[in-house]
Amino acid sequence: MTRLAVRKTYKLFVGGAFPRSESGRSYAVYDAEGAFLANAALASRKDARDAVVAARKAFGGWSGRTAHNRGQILYRIAEMLEGRRSQFVDEVAAGEGLDRDRAQGVVDESIDRWVWYAGWADKVAQVVGASNPVAGPYFDFSVPEPTGVVAVVAPQDSSLLGLVSVVAPVIVTGNTCVVLASERHPLPAITLAEVLATSDLPGGVINILTGNAAEVAPWLASHMDVNALDLTGVDDQAQAADLERAAADNLKRVTRPPVRRPDWTADPGLDRLTAYLETKTVWHPIGI
Amino acid sequence: MKPRLCPLDHEPGKALRATPYTVPVSTTAAPAGSQIAEITSSDASLRRFLAGLPGVDQVGAEARVATLATRSIKTSAKAFALDLAIRMIDLTTLEGQDTPGKVRALCAKAAHPDPADPTCPPVAAICVYPDLVPVAKDALTGSPVHLASVATAFPSGRSSLDVKVRETADAVAAGADEIDMVIDRGAFLAGGYSEVFEEIVAIKRACVSPSGGPNAHLKVILETGELVTYDNVRRASWLAMLAGADFIKTSTGKVSPAATLPVTLVMLEAVRDFREATGRQVGVKPAGGIRTAKDAIRYLVLVNETAGEDWLDPDWFRFGASSLLNDLLMQRTKLRTGRYAGPDYFTLD
Amino acid sequence: MPTFEYAPAPESRDVARVRSAYSLFINGEFVEPTDGRRFKTVSPASEEVLAEVAQAGEEDVDRAVAAARQAYDRIWSPMPGRERAKYLYRIARIIQERARELAVLESLDNGKPIRESRDVDIPLVAAHFFYYAGWADKLQYAGLGADPRPLGVAAQVIPWNFPLLMLAWKIAPALACGNTVVLKPAETTPLTALVFAEICQQAELPPGVVNILTGDGETGQALVTHDGVDKVAFTGSTEVGKAIARSVAGTHKHVTLELGGKAANIVFEDAPLDQAVEGIVNGIFFNQGHVCCAGSRLLVQESIYTDVLSRLKRRMGTLRVGDPLDKNTDVGAINSPQQLAKIRMLSDVGESEGADRWSAPCELPEHGYWFPPTIFTGVSQAHRIAREEIFGPVLSVLTFRTPAEAVEKANNTPYGLSAGVWTDKGSRILWMADKLRAGVVWANTFNQFDPASPFGGFKESGYGREGGRHGLSAYLSGARA
Repeated sequence: MTRLAVRKTYKLFVGGAFPRSESGRSYAVYDAEGAFLANAALASRKDARDAVVAARKAFGGWSGRTAHNRGQILYRIAEMLEGRRSQFVDEVAAGEGLDRDRAQGVVDESIDRWVWYAGWADKVAQVVGASNPVAGPYFDFSVPEPTGVVAVVAPQDSSLLGLVSVVAPVIVTGNTCVVLASERHPLPAITLAEVLATSDLPGGVINILTGNAAEVAPWLASHMDVNALDLTGVDDQAQAADLERAAADNLKRVTRPPVRRPDWTADPGLDRLTAYLETKTVWHPIGI
Repeated sequence: MKPRLCPLDHEPGKALRATPYTVPVSTTAAPAGSQIAEITSSDASLRRFLAGLPGVDQVGAEARVATLATRSIKTSAKAFALDLAIRMIDLTTLEGQDTPGKVRALCAKAAHPDPADPTCPPVAAICVYPDLVPVAKDALTGSPVHLASVATAFPSGRSSLDVKVRETADAVAAGADEIDMVIDRGAFLAGGYSEVFEEIVAIKRACVSPSGGPNAHLKVILETGELVTYDNVRRASWLAMLAGADFIKTSTGKVSPAATLPVTLVMLEAVRDFREATGRQVGVKPAGGIRTAKDAIRYLVLVNETAGEDWLDPDWFRFGASSLLNDLLMQRTKLRTGRYAGPDYFTLD
Repeated sequence: MPTFEYAPAPESRDVARVRSAYSLFINGEFVEPTDGRRFKTVSPASEEVLAEVAQAGEEDVDRAVAAARQAYDRIWSPMPGRERAKYLYRIARIIQERARELAVLESLDNGKPIRESRDVDIPLVAAHFFYYAGWADKLQYAGLGADPRPLGVAAQVIPWNFPLLMLAWKIAPALACGNTVVLKPAETTPLTALVFAEICQQAELPPGVVNILTGDGETGQALVTHDGVDKVAFTGSTEVGKAIARSVAGTHKHVTLELGGKAANIVFEDAPLDQAVEGIVNGIFFNQGHVCCAGSRLLVQESIYTDVLSRLKRRMGTLRVGDPLDKNTDVGAINSPQQLAKIRMLSDVGESEGADRWSAPCELPEHGYWFPPTIFTGVSQAHRIAREEIFGPVLSVLTFRTPAEAVEKANNTPYGLSAGVWTDKGSRILWMADKLRAGVVWANTFNQFDPASPFGGFKESGYGREGGRHGLSAYLSGARA
């Protein structure tokens, strides 16, 4: 007789903890063939609200860490992910319907992406910062600073690599975030949360919600304590426009959905890093 | 917490918040003599007080001066300013080659700067070396022009205190009613604030008139060109005022840079704040390098908008200058006649 | 004792050569508005009508956008950068040559003191064109990609507080990057932009590269919502900024917004006090306080509150309020009756909420729009005058005890444009600069601007940067500030 497997309960990841949805709701997740995989939490607007509170609470501490320290923690995430590689390969393969080789490639790329962004932590300021040669007796410099709390609608099709590719650039510079995971393939996101929870990442820096983006995203888009909105995972153009409009209420920085389906294996470039950076310019007189 | 002079109208609880500048102006209150005594009682307390004065940001001070330098002083304002500037001049000759003849000529010019125009006011004073005081005294008989003498081993100040005191007393005895002393910059820069303080006090005592008449006014030359920073200028200004200076003066004219607008701004702020704190008004004298009417008017604007009109008087503001007078006279003539004047029509100094 | 009264020293207004009527500038020519509508622009210092200006309607917007598109496709974006650079250098030089004319015109139309338009606005305008001219042939080295591309046609809407300077901030980087522009100056200050159009003609700038449409908010709305524009750049109120952000939702248009502010100017007890007082005055009374980055909230450490206040009042007593064309004027006229009404309304609210109002004693001219330099003490964070942008010469004074409290109060606002810090302690400056959520932090100085220095806000003060290398990313594809 084969042993009966012990299943995992997939919950949300908020403030470093794994709560169920406050609504008590869940929804069934199926694999690419349509077979039942698990029940995932169906997040509500109140879960989104709690997640924003957690993200805001974490912002001061996370953005106040040294860049070196943030880089260390991102690298630690890569280490933890590497250690659970086969588990992710299984989940990605099942959810996205990829063969094992391709699923392995996706997981490897996801791990490497964390490593790539980890290195940016203490370099991006040197690339996008400046000492400005003003025409007067002043020392004038510009430094990048994190925008704040970023709400992210993660890509729907690329449940791990896409997720990592939108989250890592947000947090490496000191932002915190609330992520709506892929609605159809939420499981790798929650398993990733288990990695995050064991990677020295402070609670609240990344908060992961599963559920219906159309239901929850408007609450994040209109939330006055959210500073930026990444609509990468919103496939419906009209919905994206609505969310962008709602985001204008407090002038959130908005990343629109990509025009073409992104190739997540391509060189990410700097755009996702700089999208959630503010430039602060400081002046001081030079005198004796 | 900064060191402070005790507020004149002492209120419990408020004193802790008071800096030297928060004291309301009170013309009736006695100078805060005991507080000054406390501050100046030791090198340490003096140092603490001076170090606690607010700093001066060089760029900000110079920017303020640059803005004020754009003031456009025209027509009636210019006429007022030109006459006032003439009345504020300490007409100066401080050369090794000075002769009694030159000093007499200077005295004549001081009393009647523009012989062709009886409405032209006299200058405030003439300023000479001590040995020429008797000559000047004689030449100024019956004139309202004051007689200032430099003293204390001018310009370097490098002599013993005894010699400096003696030189001062000599000049006063010979008829100088104003003494322009130099401070010991070496001592100041080395942090010997008490030494500088005591020296000023000693010279102030030597300014007492032997005949029982009014004492000579003491102008203390800071030689700001050697003090270098505006923080030092502010501290030296306060040190001199605490020691009893009647005037604080920028420069000997022998060191470059001599008077500048920003230095004068800092000194004007110091006398303004000193009066707020103690009730005693002290004058300011920029000297050296002020050659044109345009320069002089810029200084007057600075006085007007920093210390205020109480200082717009020869009793409280002077120019140490020589060639400045002729330019003021030429501008004055231009304003009166409507045509530009030429140097041939004014006497050489 | 007679006092030193400065006699009037008016700058000659003849040099401004104001014409009685101005048209629109489309495709390199001055043209009449399609529907013939016009409006008047007045001198806020005298209420005198200066000129009649065309009101651009939707058809004019169509024409201007089409001209800009054609110039973009055929001439400007294909043109080698070094050629574009030379046009911008030419423009910079002509601005210098006509500096006095522009300064006088700016003061006439805007009400700002000639000292400021002459010594601040116009020199910065020329400097901005010089700065970005040099970038035009170096864009591939700007760190924004190997082959950065212009965005296309830029719709630019600018405010009335620094009319020509805001035009320069918009047009210089846009043109350097290869975009063409349709710019709408503010309704109350259109004149220098129209002289700028003449300067474009003198520089022989190809037709359509710069188009100037005068008009009101309707014109602006028609412009930013026009389907033919690829980029919207706006400086103005946060309210309008939000409306623009909504209007571009779901489109392909790139947007940068430079909006309102409520900056804290923080003075510590060890500050260089005399310069701090100058900085406070400059922070709020420069340009009548019509400055988005004005230091409108003074935060003073409690231990020096009385001292700073008495120094500030004394200094305010020396401010010379009056004729903008008088070279000795420090504070000029409020730009419009609408703005004056708003300043009065918020000041009245300040009083009714219990704050103490003090204005520098000064005589105000009989005609024109005037408001005396004013401070409110006894203000708390909850007061409207401590939260809302007044955009006038009105300062709210608050106190704090610790650096952390100062930061908390400074950041307690939806805005995040600028902040000031005054202290002689270097490590504290850097600590404060790090903690303040503002795009520009002036330490021991205030209201400094330079073309090489990025400027722009956090939070509801907008997004994108103007100035410096960062300013290029607002006008190149694939790049964000």
